[in-house]
Amino acid sequence: MTKRFDVIGKPRRRVDGRAKVTGLTRFADDVVLPRMLHCKLLRSPHPHATIESIDVSRAQARPGVHLVLTGKDFPVTFGILPVTQDEYPLAPERVRYVGDPVAAVVARDEQTAFEALGFIEVEYRPLKTISDPEEALATPEPRIHSYGEQGNIHRLQAFEFGDVNEALAKADHVFEDVFFYQGNTHLPIEQHASVAAVDGEGKLTLWSSTQVPHYIHRALANALQIPPAHVRVIACPNGGGFGGKCDLHNHEIVVSKAAILLGRPVKICLTREEVFYMHRGRHPVLMKMRTGVTKDGKITGMHTQTLLDGGAYGGYGAASTFYTGVLQTVAYHIPRYKFDACRIFTNKPPCGPKRGHGTPQPRFGQEVQLDKIAEKLEIDPAELRLSIVAKPDSLTANWLKIGTIGLAECIRKVVASSDWKNRFRKLPEGRGVGLACGAYLCGAGLPIYWNKMPQSGVQLLIDRSGQVTVFCGATEIGQGSDDVLAAIVAEVLGVDPYDVRCVTGDTGLTPVDLGSYSSRVTVMMGNAAIQAAELLRDLIARAAAEHMETVPENVGFALGRVFRADDPGKLMSFREAIVLAEEKFGTLGSVGSYSPPRSPGRYKGAGVGPSPAYSYTACVVEAEVDRKTGWITVPKVWIAHDIGRAVNPVSARGQVEGSVYMGLGEALMEEQVFRRLPPKLSNALVHKIPSLLEYKSLTSLDMPEVFTELVEDPDPNCPFGAKEVGQGPLLPVMPAVANAVYDAIGVRIDELPITPDKVLAALEKKAKGETPRVGPESFPDVPYPEPMLVPPPWEGGDGNSVNTPRRRPLKKEALA
Amino acid sequence: MKTAAPTNVHLTLRVNGEEQQVSFAPYKTLLEVLREDMNLTGTKHGCELGECGACAVLVDGVPVLSCLALALDCEGRAVETVEGLASGGKLHPLQAAFADLGGAQCGYCTPGILMTAKALLEKDPNPSRERIKEAISGNLCRCTGYQQIYESIEEAARTMRESKR
Amino acid sequence: MMRLPWFEFHSPRSISEAAKILAAEGPQAMLIAGGTDLLPNMKRRHQTPATLVSLRQIEALKKAANGSGVTLGAAFTLNEIVANAAVREQYAGLWQAAAQVATVHLRNMGTLGGNLCLDTRCNYYNQNYEWRKAIDFCLKKDGEICWVATASKRCVAASSTDTAPALMSLGATARLVSTQGERDVALADLYKNDGIDYLTRRPDEILTEVKLPAPEGWRSSYWKLRRRGAFDFPVLGVAAAVRTASDGTVEDARIALGAVSSRPFLTKGGELLIGKKLSDDAIAEAGAKVASAAKPMDNTDLDLYWRKAVAAEFVGYALREIRGDDMSATRVRIARHAL
Ligand SMILES: Cc1cc2nc3c(=O)[nH]c(=O)nc-3n(C[C@H](O)[C@H](O)[C@H](O)COP(=O)(O)OP(=O)(O)OC[C@H]3O[C@@H](n4cnc5c(N)ncnc54)[C@H](O)[C@@H]3O)c2cc1C
Ligand code: SF4
Ligand code: FES
Ligand code: FES
Repeated sequence: MTKRFDVIGKPRRRVDGRAKVTGLTRFADDVVLPRMLHCKLLRSPHPHATIESIDVSRAQARPGVHLVLTGKDFPVTFGILPVTQDEYPLAPERVRYVGDPVAAVVARDEQTAFEALGFIEVEYRPLKTISDPEEALATPEPRIHSYGEQGNIHRLQAFEFGDVNEALAKADHVFEDVFFYQGNTHLPIEQHASVAAVDGEGKLTLWSSTQVPHYIHRALANALQIPPAHVRVIACPNGGGFGGKCDLHNHEIVVSKAAILLGRPVKICLTREEVFYMHRGRHPVLMKMRTGVTKDGKITGMHTQTLLDGGAYGGYGAASTFYTGVLQTVAYHIPRYKFDACRIFTNKPPCGPKRGHGTPQPRFGQEVQLDKIAEKLEIDPAELRLSIVAKPDSLTANWLKIGTIGLAECIRKVVASSDWKNRFRKLPEGRGVGLACGAYLCGAGLPIYWNKMPQSGVQLLIDRSGQVTVFCGATEIGQGSDDVLAAIVAEVLGVDPYDVRCVTGDTGLTPVDLGSYSSRVTVMMGNAAIQAAELLRDLIARAAAEHMETVPENVGFALGRVFRADDPGKLMSFREAIVLAEEKFGTLGSVGSYSPPRSPGRYKGAGVGPSPAYSYTACVVEAEVDRKTGWITVPKVWIAHDIGRAVNPVSARGQVEGSVYMGLGEALMEEQVFRRLPPKLSNALVHKIPSLLEYKSLTSLDMPEVFTELVEDPDPNCPFGAKEVGQGPLLPVMPAVANAVYDAIGVRIDELPITPDKVLAALEKKAKGETPRVGPESFPDVPYPEPMLVPPPWEGGDGNSVNTPRRRPLKKEALA
Repeated sequence: MKTAAPTNVHLTLRVNGEEQQVSFAPYKTLLEVLREDMNLTGTKHGCELGECGACAVLVDGVPVLSCLALALDCEGRAVETVEGLASGGKLHPLQAAFADLGGAQCGYCTPGILMTAKALLEKDPNPSRERIKEAISGNLCRCTGYQQIYESIEEAARTMRESKR
Repeated sequence: MMRLPWFEFHSPRSISEAAKILAAEGPQAMLIAGGTDLLPNMKRRHQTPATLVSLRQIEALKKAANGSGVTLGAAFTLNEIVANAAVREQYAGLWQAAAQVATVHLRNMGTLGGNLCLDTRCNYYNQNYEWRKAIDFCLKKDGEICWVATASKRCVAASSTDTAPALMSLGATARLVSTQGERDVALADLYKNDGIDYLTRRPDEILTEVKLPAPEGWRSSYWKLRRRGAFDFPVLGVAAAVRTASDGTVEDARIALGAVSSRPFLTKGGELLIGKKLSDDAIAEAGAKVASAAKPMDNTDLDLYWRKAVAAEFVGYALREIRGDDMSATRVRIARHAL
């Protein structure tokens, strides 16, 4: 099918572009309602403590204060995943990190609310502070939560797809490396805000900066114990999300409750410091990778072990834990694969999904290790990768179904554009290039709560005015989802995308879409939109065919016209055709829905990892490193992304460049780190730098030039072939930086971020003749359970496990 | 913490060419007064401490941070915000270029960058890429990686030069 | 939003009027110039002055004079200093320092006087009230212990002004005016090595102007270490000024350090150069001497040992630039743009 498109693939102003440049886009904090009150939260100053008493009477008595809430006003726990209902809107008896909310004040203005917080008296009894995974493993008591595997271990997972030890034994070389990826956070420039109000019918509306209105709708109704039919969640366009606005947040429940109790609108807008406490960002992950290769660079097997510092609550952590293992297999052919993962509770703000959710950490390790393998085997790292790229339309060892894969093309593109062959290992000392790849989901195969309903729904309404209105629960977070929606509908109906009105992210008006996460929107919403638009188009075609004396199949739609395909001179306007259709069929509307294909894996745990398609990226980074100071400069990045097809190339390139931006931040400077005061003197464990000044995000002056190429090989599972582009391009950036630093000065920095002090330390080691490497030295003894054994497809498996593993008792190993 | 008697101040602010009487608590910054007392929510905030540039507006033609400007100190000065950028229904060339070329992704940093870029182009109608980078280096954008922002500013500069001819 | 506490506001039109208000109100009144340091601090409740005295309307603080040397009014914004032709041509070190402060927007607001009187910084201190409560505060504000050096009786917060070391190396003086009269102090004497009581300025004094001596024969340079090309405060500042004879022999030299102590200070590195030519060896020797005086603490961005380790190299950058080496490529790598 070589159809010419009128909208898809054309660089265009995005449909919401005008609103964004005029200041008219209404972000949550821009919502102002009559009689609106303001809320502030009192947060715990202790990392771990029980609440002995709370006295709110003095705060309550302040002039201008309308309401003070505490934990006892919220009897029900919540949590975004059904399996981890471990959070409280306001902590009733236990606080688990500095920043955990314990009380709320609602007052006539923010200043009054803030001042009243100072009059709430809380008595705490401190508990032992648990600051990191190793400390948590050694400290099973006190438990931060009473649920979980044991002690302070939240989750343990272990899977083995084919006998990996045997595969490693047969390899010519086995590479074993330990890597550390420091945690970091989303840092959207918009601070989270929410406004709750009770409408004329007594029902609750919540406007919020959320990426997932549907999940919030469900969880909020449950947390407040009111019928979901009486709750409406409106996701305002997000001023950046990146995964940080995917959880139900304490403040969303608190202002909702307050609005119900007071019968007045209540707003909250978090301060930047509080946004750091909301976090849900990248888990710090320590990982160990053992990989067997033949002498010509084929992987025989791989064993990945990860240890995640989860922070104080579950959140999406169970999923994050899986993601540190499952997508290792979709880029390169790995015949046997094993992964063990462990997530720990610590007294810090909870981690969760950030752009790439759980996969950038092991991708970093894998791609740096491949660089080491290539060097040892004396194979060019690009060639090595090209020789092991996974095959299209294949299964992986862990039973993921790969469809199209444009990775080889991506590698070839960046090799050519960066002049790789003439530069790798050939640049003068102090300058280098590094290459790495990545792979990502185009939508998680399963929703976060078990159901068999569609994952995206789209509804279309069209009337005699020629107006096309499209309704969908998808949420605009900057990525351009409204534009994709309008473009797809416009393409199918042959109208101008700017004539399509998008109503999105409103659970009171729009069909369910699971939200803007896991890069699912273009694929899932797009497929649903095509279905809805095609249904309507068929109705219109039937009415127009009658009029034009032809068959419906012979009716074409383009550029606002409806015409006979065999005789394009015979035409009418789109509006005329709608009138005909409305006469013939009555009021016109349609719906479309999408559920991803069922994945072949049958074992318990096979639900995380499958996706309708995978996107691929390759990246070359150039680095200059000063030998005397370790100072790092990245002058240029070349990146190629397999997008299937770009719906709007302007937005697509923007997503790639934005990913490079965020990736460089993670590679070079961003860290969500904490400060433990000397334990003899204090229990304190605080976020070291909860500010936009000290949490370092690149400025325009720090950002290199980026050369972006898109590889377009349309994927049949995707709308017009379009895969994701919002997250995947981030993945190769960090390892490419590490590999470039190595090429420049011959030191390995096996942990992120790569800072000049680490480089200088490695150079000093090199000068002393020691191994020129900075990174974690060892991997602790983690009590991983016996793995679930699932034979890979080529070893006669059927996708089921062949054993029912017992959870190994923890105590002996953990305390050994 | 001191809490003085809450009495508002009244003064006249000149915003986007219009004089307006406003009454506000004296501790309020220009940012707060614009957003909360004048309903001009186009100006954004990301930190309120001078660390992001989202709140940038022009005061007497110069880009400043409204989160660190006392509204009290702005009496008699010309304040320009994103709401005043378009003339009637016609977008300013910077707005058009940002919308067309991906200069605004989530759009949250956009008002601050547009105002900063406006001041730049008024001083230098044909800025080099380096000059543009410097001019907006006090505006963090978490979405775009800046490249499409540069291209948008360059395109707007071109349009503005051509329309002057 | 982070909000300011309540305060009284005065906007006097003359220096004497401002001085009178300060004298009458006592230490609970504070001057506000650009507000870019004071207002964030007030929002974090570091300072909660009952009265703010704005310097914005005082025309006399915005005067520049060129005579023998240059006099700069304290209320010039940093970008006005950057735009000043005399500064640019004759006092490169000051120009480079001013041009690298904070961001464009902040330089449009922040003033020279405010920059010189900038509060010291520490990442246990530059935090919101709630955060500081979580560590039970510290010596500098509301607490009993210094968390950076728990045995220390003194706060070791870092002086973070960029222009002060540059002005010090250039031999500048500052004028302080109060109802009691006026006095000129050498810039080096404006500071004390105490993170809390970091200025010798009395609370009732207004810094009105800075005087730079005649530039004849002097060349100067300022190198700033910070993570990013904008926003960040210095975590090391090296300011050097050298006067050479026509044959290249150093007749006089001053090297000042910023951000590695509670005050900016002149080092002994300059004296080492006198009578020598700016050879690589002489530069290395001076670099080592200067670096030995750097006492960075673990209270800013970037690793403290590393900050000390690179100090000598930064001294080298400054001296090589003064020698006439083409340092533009290094400058672009360090400052992230050509200055
Ligand atoms: C994000 C951010 C980044 C920054 N980065 C840097 C940086 O890189 N380098 C740097 O040096 N600074 C930096 N600053 C600090 C500040 O912007 C500058 O130092 C600026 O020059 C301060 O001047 P101001 O006029 O705004 O001072 P104000 O805030 O008005 O005053 C600062 C202090 O000086 C006192 N004061 C002001 N004027 C006088 C006077 N004439 N006489 C006596 N006392 C006076 C005030 O009472 C107050 O205590 C940064 C600030 C922010 C918010
Ligand atoms: S140096 Fe010590 S006393 Fe001073 S601000 Fe920092 S922690 Fe507080
Ligand atoms: S809101 Fe961030 S600089 Fe003003
Ligand atoms: S477009 Fe989102 S922060 Fe710039």
